[in-house]
This record gives sequence, C-alpha cells and structure tokens, in this order.
Amino acid sequence: MNATDLIAMLPLLVVTAAAVVVMVAICIRRSHLLAVWLTAAGLIVAFVSLWKAASVSPAQVTPLLIIDDYALFYIGLIIAATLVTVILSYGYLENQQGYREELYVLILTAALGSSVMVASNHFVSFFLGLEILSVALYAMNAYVCNRKLPLEAGIKYLVLAAVSAAFLLFGMALIYAQLGTLQFGQIASMLMGGIAYEKSLIYPGMALMITGIGFKLAVVPFHMWTPDVYEGAPAPVTAFVATVSKGGMVALLLRYFYETGAYRLHSVFVVFSIIAIASMIAGNLLALLQSNVKRILAYSSIAHLGYILVAFLAGGNRAAEAVTIYLVAYFVTTLGAFGVVSVLSNGERDADSIEDYESLFWRRPVLAGIFTLMLLSLAGIPLTAGFIGKFFVVASGTSSSLYGLVFVLVVTSVVGLFYYLRILVALYRSLAETAKTVPAALPSLSRSGSFVLAGLTVLLVWIGVYPGPFLDIIQHAVSTLRIF
Amino acid sequence: MILVWLIAILLVAGILAEISGRISTLWPRVISLAAVILDFAIALVLWRGHSAEITLATQNEWFKEVDWSWVPQYGIHFHLAMDGLSLLMIVLTFLLGIMSVLASWNEIQEGVGFFHLNLMWILAGIVGVFLSVDLFLFYFMWELMLVPMYFLIAIWGHERRIYAAVKFFIFTQISGLLMLIAILTLYFIHHSVTGVYSYEYKDLLGTALTPHTAMLLMLGFFIAFAVKLPMFPFHTWLPDAHTEAPTAGSVILAGLLLKTGAYGMLRFVVPLFPGAAHQFAPIAMLLGVIGIIYGSVLAFGQTDLKRLVAYTSVSHLGFALVGIFAWNPIALQGVLIVMIAHGISTGALFMLVGGLQERTHTREMDRLRGLWATVPVMSGVVMFFAIASIGLPGLGDFVGEFLTLLGTYRVSLGVTVAAVIGILISTLYALKVIQRAFHGPNAHVWSLPDLGKRELLMMIPMMLILLWIGLYPQPLFRTFEPAMRKLQQYAAPQPVLTAVPETHQLSYDQNGLPGINRR
Repeated sequence: MNATDLIAMLPLLVVTAAAVVVMVAICIRRSHLLAVWLTAAGLIVAFVSLWKAASVSPAQVTPLLIIDDYALFYIGLIIAATLVTVILSYGYLENQQGYREELYVLILTAALGSSVMVASNHFVSFFLGLEILSVALYAMNAYVCNRKLPLEAGIKYLVLAAVSAAFLLFGMALIYAQLGTLQFGQIASMLMGGIAYEKSLIYPGMALMITGIGFKLAVVPFHMWTPDVYEGAPAPVTAFVATVSKGGMVALLLRYFYETGAYRLHSVFVVFSIIAIASMIAGNLLALLQSNVKRILAYSSIAHLGYILVAFLAGGNRAAEAVTIYLVAYFVTTLGAFGVVSVLSNGERDADSIEDYESLFWRRPVLAGIFTLMLLSLAGIPLTAGFIGKFFVVASGTSSSLYGLVFVLVVTSVVGLFYYLRILVALYRSLAETAKTVPAALPSLSRSGSFVLAGLTVLLVWIGVYPGPFLDIIQHAVSTLRIF
Repeated sequence: MILVWLIAILLVAGILAEISGRISTLWPRVISLAAVILDFAIALVLWRGHSAEITLATQNEWFKEVDWSWVPQYGIHFHLAMDGLSLLMIVLTFLLGIMSVLASWNEIQEGVGFFHLNLMWILAGIVGVFLSVDLFLFYFMWELMLVPMYFLIAIWGHERRIYAAVKFFIFTQISGLLMLIAILTLYFIHHSVTGVYSYEYKDLLGTALTPHTAMLLMLGFFIAFAVKLPMFPFHTWLPDAHTEAPTAGSVILAGLLLKTGAYGMLRFVVPLFPGAAHQFAPIAMLLGVIGIIYGSVLAFGQTDLKRLVAYTSVSHLGFALVGIFAWNPIALQGVLIVMIAHGISTGALFMLVGGLQERTHTREMDRLRGLWATVPVMSGVVMFFAIASIGLPGLGDFVGEFLTLLGTYRVSLGVTVAAVIGILISTLYALKVIQRAFHGPNAHVWSLPDLGKRELLMMIPMMLILLWIGLYPQPLFRTFEPAMRKLQQYAAPQPVLTAVPETHQLSYDQNGLPGINRR
C-alpha cells in the first residue's frame, strides 16, 4: 500500500478515525453536544476529503476496494445522509432518557460499512462492509432501550439480518466454488467465457445472493422485517435504515450485476422482474391498510425499491443514471419525511400515528408545508425531486421497452397516491373538526432540526426544478462504472 | 421573456399572498387581484400589439417565445411559445382568474393566505399548459396544476370534499401517467429515428411511426385529455369535484381546467398523430355525442343546482370533442368559441349558484322556489346565463355550437342530428332551473339581499362579453385562424387551405373536407 492508496482511501479512513475519536472522547467526558460536534466535524472532513480522493481516482486499493468516481459519489451521498441523521438524532435524543453519546459511534461505524460496500468490487469487501453496517444497525435499532418497540425491532433485525447474511455468504461460496474467483471483474470474464449455466452452481449461487441482497433492500418477499423495524426504531435511526443502509446496497447491486454482466442472464432478469412487480404491488397495497405513519412509510419504501428495480432492469449507463437520480431524490425525501416525524416526537413515543398529524397545518404551517412537499415528492408530483426521479425511472423503463413493468409502476403508484393523500388530508383538516383529539401542546422545534429540514426542503425543490447540475455530477460518476 | 413574467407574477403573488395572510385577510385578496389584473392587462396588450403578426400567417406561428435550455443532458427545454390559440386561452384564463378572486372575496374566511396561494398557482399551471411547447415542460405544468386544485377542493370544499378531491386527483393522475409513457415512447422513437434527444413540439411533429404504434401513443395522449375534457365514460369525477369545490374552484375547473383537455387535443393529439386520429375520429365523435346527450339528460335529472350546472359541462364539452375530430375549419372555429363561451357562461352560473348558496345555505332546487320575487336582478342574470348556455342566438354559445354543428354536418350527418337532440334536452334543464328555483310562489318565504356591487361588477362584463362574442365573433376568428391553419398543416403535410379574403372568413372550405385529412 502506497501514498496514493492512502489518499484514495482518505474518506473511509477519516470516518473510521472519527468513530475512534468520538469513542475516546466519551471516555474522557460524557457530553452529548461534544459527541455530536465531533461526529459532525468528522463527517464534514470526510466529505471534503472526497475531492482529495477524486484527484487519484480511479484507484484499485488492494484487490478489495475500487475507489472510482462512482464509489466516491455514493460515499458522498452516504456521508451527507449520515450527517443529516446525526443532527436529527441530536434533537431527538435530547428528549430521551439514558446514555446518548454512543449512538454516534454506531452511526459512524454503520456509515463506514455502507461506504465500504459501495467501494467494493470483491466478495470479501462486499461481505465485510455489509457486516460492519449490520452489526452497528442491530444496536442502533434498539438504542432507546427503555421502550418495548425498539427492543423488538432490534431483535427482529438481528435474527433476520444474520440469517440473510448466511444466505449471501453461501451464495458467494457457491459462485466461488464454480468460478474460483471472488473478484467482480474476473467473474465477468468467466461468465462471458460461456459455461453450461444449467449444470453449474452459478444459478443457485445467484439465487442465494439475491436473497441476501433482497433482504437488505427490503423487497418482496424479503420485506417482512421492514414495517416492524421502521415502526420500532427511533425515528432518526429509521431514516438511516431507509437511506444509508438501502442506498449502499443499491449502489452495490448496480456495481455487482452490471460489472459482472450478470444482469444479462435471462433468469436473473426474470427473478428481478418478479421481485420488482411484487414489491410495487404489495408495498402499495399493504400501505393502504396502515394507520401508522412510520409503517406507511415502510411499505411505501418497499414500493420505491420496486420502482428502482424497474430502472435497474432497463440495463446500461442511462439506467444506472436513472437509479442514481431516483436514489438521490429518495434520500432527500425520506430523510425529510422522517425528519418531520422525529422533530414531532417526544420522550415517551414517536409521532407515528395519523392523529399526531391532524390539523398540523393550522398549528404549524411551515412544518406541515415541509411534510406536504416530502409526501408529494414520494408521490412523484412536479416541483419536487421525486418527480424528476420518477420521470427518469419511467424513461429508462420505456427506453428499454419494459412496458409491462412500467405499466405496473404507473398503476401501483396511483394506488400509492391514496395513502399519501390520506396523510395530507389529516394535515389540513380544520381545527374545528379535530379539537378534541389533537394533543394540546406540540414539542417545540429544535434549532438544529429546523435547520436540517429547511436545507432538505431547499434541496428537494432545487432538484425538482433545476436538476441540471445534479445530473451532470451523476452522469459523470456513473460513467466510471464499467458496465459489461 | 414576457411569457415567463405571465407565470412568474402569479407564482410570486401566491407566495406574497400566503405570507401576508398571516397579517390580515384583506391583503391576500388585494395582492392576488392585482396580480391577475396585471397579467390580464399584459395579455391584452400582447393581443393588441401583435394583432398584425397574429392575423398575418407568418412562417413561424409563435409570435412570442422563450426558449431556455433546462436539462441539456436530456434535451429538455424551458420553451414557452404563444400563437393565436394560446393567446385566446390565456386571455380567458386571466379573465376567469379575476372573477374567481372576486367570487371568493366573502366566501373564503379561513386560511385566506393559503387559499390564494393555491388559486394563483393553479392559474400559473394552467398558463404554463397553454404556453408549453416542450413536452416535458407541458407534462410538468399539467401535473403542477393538480396539487393546488386538490387542496382547493379538499380544504375549502363542501360536505363531501375529501371524497371529491381524492377522486379528482386519482383520475387525473393515472391518465396523466399514461400520457407520460406516451410522451417518453415518442421521445425515444424520435431519438432512434433521428439520433436527437428532443421533447420539442415541432421536432416531434411528423415523427415516423407505424400505424399500430401511432394508435397506441395517440390513445395515451387522448385518454389524458379525455379525462380532463371530460369525455363519457371518464366524466364521473367531474360532478363530484365541481359540486364540492368552493365557487372559485368550480369556476376554474369548469372554465379553465376542462379547456386544457380540449386544448391538448387540438394542439397535440391530432397534429402529432394525424393518421391515428383520423382512424379514431368516428369513435371519438360518437363518444362526444353520447356525452352531449347523456350530460344533458343527467343535468335534467339533478335536484342540486350546482350538480346540474356541472353536468351541463359534460354536455357542452361534448361539442368540443365532436368539433375537434371533425377537424375542418368551420368546426374548429366553432370549438374555439364553444371553449371560450362555455368558460364564461358556466363560470358565471357557478358564481351565481355560489352566491345563492351563500345567501340560502342550500343548493337544492326544491328548497329554493320563487326567488324571483326577492332577488329579481339575480334571477334575471341567472336567466341570461342559462339561456346563453343552451345556445340562444345572439349570445356566444350559439355561435360556437352552430359552427361546430355546421362543420360536423360535412363529416357525419348522424352525429349532427344526435347532437342537435342534445341541444333540445338542454332547453329542458334550463327551463327546469328557472321554473323550479325562481318562478312560482315564494313558498319558503325567502327574503334575501339582491346582487351587490361586487357581484354586479363581475356579472356585467361577462354578460357583455358573451353578447359581443354572439354578435361579432370576428376578432376571435381572426386571431385563431393562422394558428388553426398551422395545426391543420401539421395534421396534413399538403397545405389544404389557401389564403382567404377577409370578408369570406367562413366560406373557405370549398371542398367539404371529410374529417381529419389523411396524411
């Protein structure tokens, strides 16, 4: 390992160092504010170091990690989302009992795991990143341990994630047994070489890997954990699970299937088509039955991952772009939506039932306005980032003539409107109608929380109205993906 | 640049109205009114200032345009352009915009700032729809006008507002998404043929398509516009939305939102897919006629005054659909007049019904009865607009329906006869309104204030305009004619019309063109 490698790995190293620094700082002096500042500073330094790393990219650091602009873009996205989570957690944890500081060590570790995933082009780093992420998440989900639901969420996630990791590992082993390599690039050339797939271990291996990947993405039929974990985990952690954890896996999905050329295999296409259709239908239909906002968002995220898979299946550079655009929009929107949930939550429970949002507009017009924009973005209405994302997903689907999938997307997304509108209706219900049910006092809005929400809203509208600059960056980043 | 201002003024006024709404309830109204009047004035100045360019068909039919690169990576432009057709539509938009601000002056008392934010943004979206010539921008604007309309119905509507708002939103959203798929497919086909990524209207005109593809794409666009129009059997959202919306919402829905559907058919469906539209014309005309008759019959069956007016829209817009698919100059001129006159007369009727509801707190005709004795002026005005909307000669609607029928006659006798029956039924419902609600003894002993100054200020101009269109529609014909000729030219590569001496505006169709000209 030489100096260039170290520079290329700088963002990862900084995040690692930040986790250690925060941990040491907690030993010396337990202060919530200090921990948050150190974490935020570490993340900002890591973000700035992306440019330094970009000066030497693309660089293959050891056989495990590839630091190209694609990886750097996603690391940047992950770091930014983590920063938002950290700031939201500060406001959220201030209301909670018990030790608060360790959460930030966990968040940094999880961000590191996700960053390793997006930079991996080798099964070992793939699995390593995934486990770093998962182990941190077990604890994060159950962090508010004086309540029942977070504990339930933690246990559920622990058991299922461990099982799915085993599936993934077994799948990797089978592929290794057949091809004798763990490197994505070499897998690609061997797959091209033409082997008798039907008799080989490739298909079982792929199937097991898709199970593991599907679990992390929370797509049907591997979605069972999602509503419970979303509901149980503290709101900022839910935001983290929904964005950083899934986003890292989507980036890896693109790299793995595109760089190995596995997405061209017919059966892989069929399997993912079925998963996408099932996710879109089940996600949207099941969300209709919910009355808990976090659960609604959980099912809606299942559907959104289905939409992403439609773009993924289109294949090629433009499809990778569409996936990335959609993901950026999804990050901003999801963080914003859970941000609103977390600033409205108090020490006893999260603001997750629809009643918590009744008549919010007449009491907190700005907050309700922000939530409205986030919901409209999830529904893909213009002026918001979600519209741009949906537009590009539909575009890449049509460009590859995947009319069946696009049609399902259109129909189910209209079904999706019902539950977004349900929340909206509650937000704008007049005070006279709801005077009895509405809690009298709302928690006061923390300055950090409002700052973050304002920033996300500006970003949401900016991407929605003038996406050009973002598309430039994304186009450049995706162009470094070596698509087979 | 001026076109951007038309939209920007409304957007900014909306935001100012929302902010000022925190301080007082008067400011949002004043700001919105000022903004719409300013826009109206700009539109009129444009009309006067460019009358020469509009009426002389120049090479380029856009006499005003703005073309900015928006998302260059995908060939998306922020391209607004104005020809005679969009100019007229925009003048109508601002006219009804002024009326809807005035109509909600007393009606809306809660959340005044936010109400006007929504009102202004709907108008901005509608203006955007009428001006966009980039298909991405068009779709953007098309969707943009939905959300504020949804809020308008869902927050300030009547009893079943939530149901109506959700239904409206779902109907328009799903049809819009079908159009999106059609737009994108057209875009990619255009790219595969020419190698250029473009959403530009003029680039996409004449894209080579197989008949089968053309038909599917045409249907994608057609359904989106047919839902808005609304065409039978996609009209079921309309009575609910119109009835439950606050007065301003109903005025905008009936007067403007429905027109975006007709506009879309004129501007996009037929010119982009002439062959498919020709094939489809008999079906579309049949559905149009069913709408005319069915709408009138249902209107006749209503007891709720507002619902009755809502159903008449289904009937009137049926004429627009029939006329568009007859696609000869006379029918098209008729369609234009139908669009404008219907916007004004139905808008006025909704405002009057809204006024009645403010006074009596009911819309049931049986509970009204004998109002003529207590509100003579108002009753007279209702009478005026009711007979205008059934097509009394001398008023705007007559010109439109007459020309549409005249043009349709050359294409299909059966359709024309059936449509005339529809007019006959419309007489019944108009008479029913007058008899049930206004004539007879004042059994419920209503004692109500008659039309106030503000209401007269709204009604008199609208009556005068209808009269003007009815007696001297020539300026409208002249403004629309070059735009119409261009549209026909796009739909048929060979120019079928020659320049016409001004005195014989309506006799230029010597050959009796059969429906849409086949390419």
